[in-house]
Amino acid sequence: MANVSTSEFKSGLKFMLDGDPCSIIENELVKPGKGQAFNRVKYRNLKTGRVNERTFKSGDSVESADVMEVELEYSYTDGEFWYFMDPVSFEQHAADATAIAGCKKWLKEQYSYTVTQWNESPLTVSAPNFVNLTVTDTDPGLKGDTSGGGGKPATLETGAVVRVPLFINIGELLRVDTRSGEYVERAKEK
Amino acid sequence: MIPSWQPSADITLLKRRAQYLADVRLFFAQRDTWEVETPILSQAAPTAPYLDSFSCDYQAIGSEQKSRYYLQTSPEFTMKRLLAAGSGSIYQIARVFRNGEQGRLHSPEFTMLEWYRPKLTLIQLMNEVEMLVEQVFNFQGMAKFSYRSLFQSYLDINVFTCSDEQLKICGLKQIPSLADDFDTDRDSWLELLMSYVIEPKLAQLNTLVFVYDFPASQAQLAKIVDDGDGYQVADRFELYIEGIELANGYNELLDADELRQRFDQGNQQRRQQGKTEIPIDENLLAAMSSGLPICSGVAIGLDRLIMLAMKKNSIAEVQSFSFE
Repeated sequence: MANVSTSEFKSGLKFMLDGDPCSIIENELVKPGKGQAFNRVKYRNLKTGRVNERTFKSGDSVESADVMEVELEYSYTDGEFWYFMDPVSFEQHAADATAIAGCKKWLKEQYSYTVTQWNESPLTVSAPNFVNLTVTDTDPGLKGDTSGGGGKPATLETGAVVRVPLFINIGELLRVDTRSGEYVERAKEK
Repeated sequence: MIPSWQPSADITLLKRRAQYLADVRLFFAQRDTWEVETPILSQAAPTAPYLDSFSCDYQAIGSEQKSRYYLQTSPEFTMKRLLAAGSGSIYQIARVFRNGEQGRLHSPEFTMLEWYRPKLTLIQLMNEVEMLVEQVFNFQGMAKFSYRSLFQSYLDINVFTCSDEQLKICGLKQIPSLADDFDTDRDSWLELLMSYVIEPKLAQLNTLVFVYDFPASQAQLAKIVDDGDGYQVADRFELYIEGIELANGYNELLDADELRQRFDQGNQQRRQQGKTEIPIDENLLAAMSSGLPICSGVAIGLDRLIMLAMKKNSIAEVQSFSFE
């Protein structure tokens, strides 16, 4: 893998740090008037998702990380791995439990997910901002209540539990915001 | 790449910047300090190991021979030759160039306000800087700390007596973003601690902060004196506003032999780092041998000062066109 010098640092650059692939969020030059220069780098560890800071001497090199983001369709799970398919090449990619931890409750067949791949294997999988899912379990709907005030828990087909208005019934299709985990509206199509 | 022709600063900000420049000139006119212009190109340059000059070639028409010229990193050398020639108090708003320095607070070319006052002591010059910054740029309040007192109170370390090892331990503990095996030289440790630990504290003081009596190893072109407690210190100051380094002032070194030694030392460090050596400024040394008046001088990064006065976050926002 190629090396990158601090002079090429910019936000979005992927590099290896202590064995983990990382992505630069912010890079600032620290240079007192006539003193040595340093690069103060804020980065995200792509494995753990944690944000941290590292200071390099300007001119130092780091190993670049072979990281890219691709859109893949979720196919199925065998309990150990979750399989995603490239819609063009039909190639299958197996993601482990860690990689799908953040979006497990939003995984639905044929939906498209953003998969961050490191050395061509899935590192993290993130859900689209909105998904449409069917209610599999909730208390019976209250007729006449269309205000959405109050609310009740509803279990969706992926296992996710969201708070929904009282008028929602089993079998209905809902649009859900995966970032907040909140109900948005009734959806018409899958 | 898509060409982008628009200025990096708003036109209204650039007009405000022009007013600041006019006010700066008025400030000096009222103080009997006259404006000078000096060459940007020189066959010599500073030898400081972490200060890199741009260079270019001069070629007389019809000649095959090329001569190497350097773009000034500050107008210091030529202004000192004017002082030696009897100029009296002078100032300059100069375009200066520093290779490789690019960031939110850095640009490979920027504007420097530099002035020299033969009759003022360093303390009087600090007061004059404070007056300029207050009257023209509207910053209030002032505090003065010695370099030693800052390290003592914020880091509990005596910068003049602590060992290199103690400094390293302090640095690794105070700056978590350094790798465990990180190491550097003594002055760089001091500068890192200043940037990462002390500057943010100075920002919280909400006032102009002058730091004086630097370690002798960071003397640059300032005199080295006894600080009264038996420590050899560089008789210079830096001004910080909101934790950002803005100005660098010296009780100017007058001794030509001492300056030659510092130039040589700079080139020696450059050699050790595998950098090319820089021709030393014999004209400046000759001027100093002939006699530089006792004087104090200071350089202010004008882009940074204007940035802070206009409450902007980067110098690009107050420059007509940032480095492209």
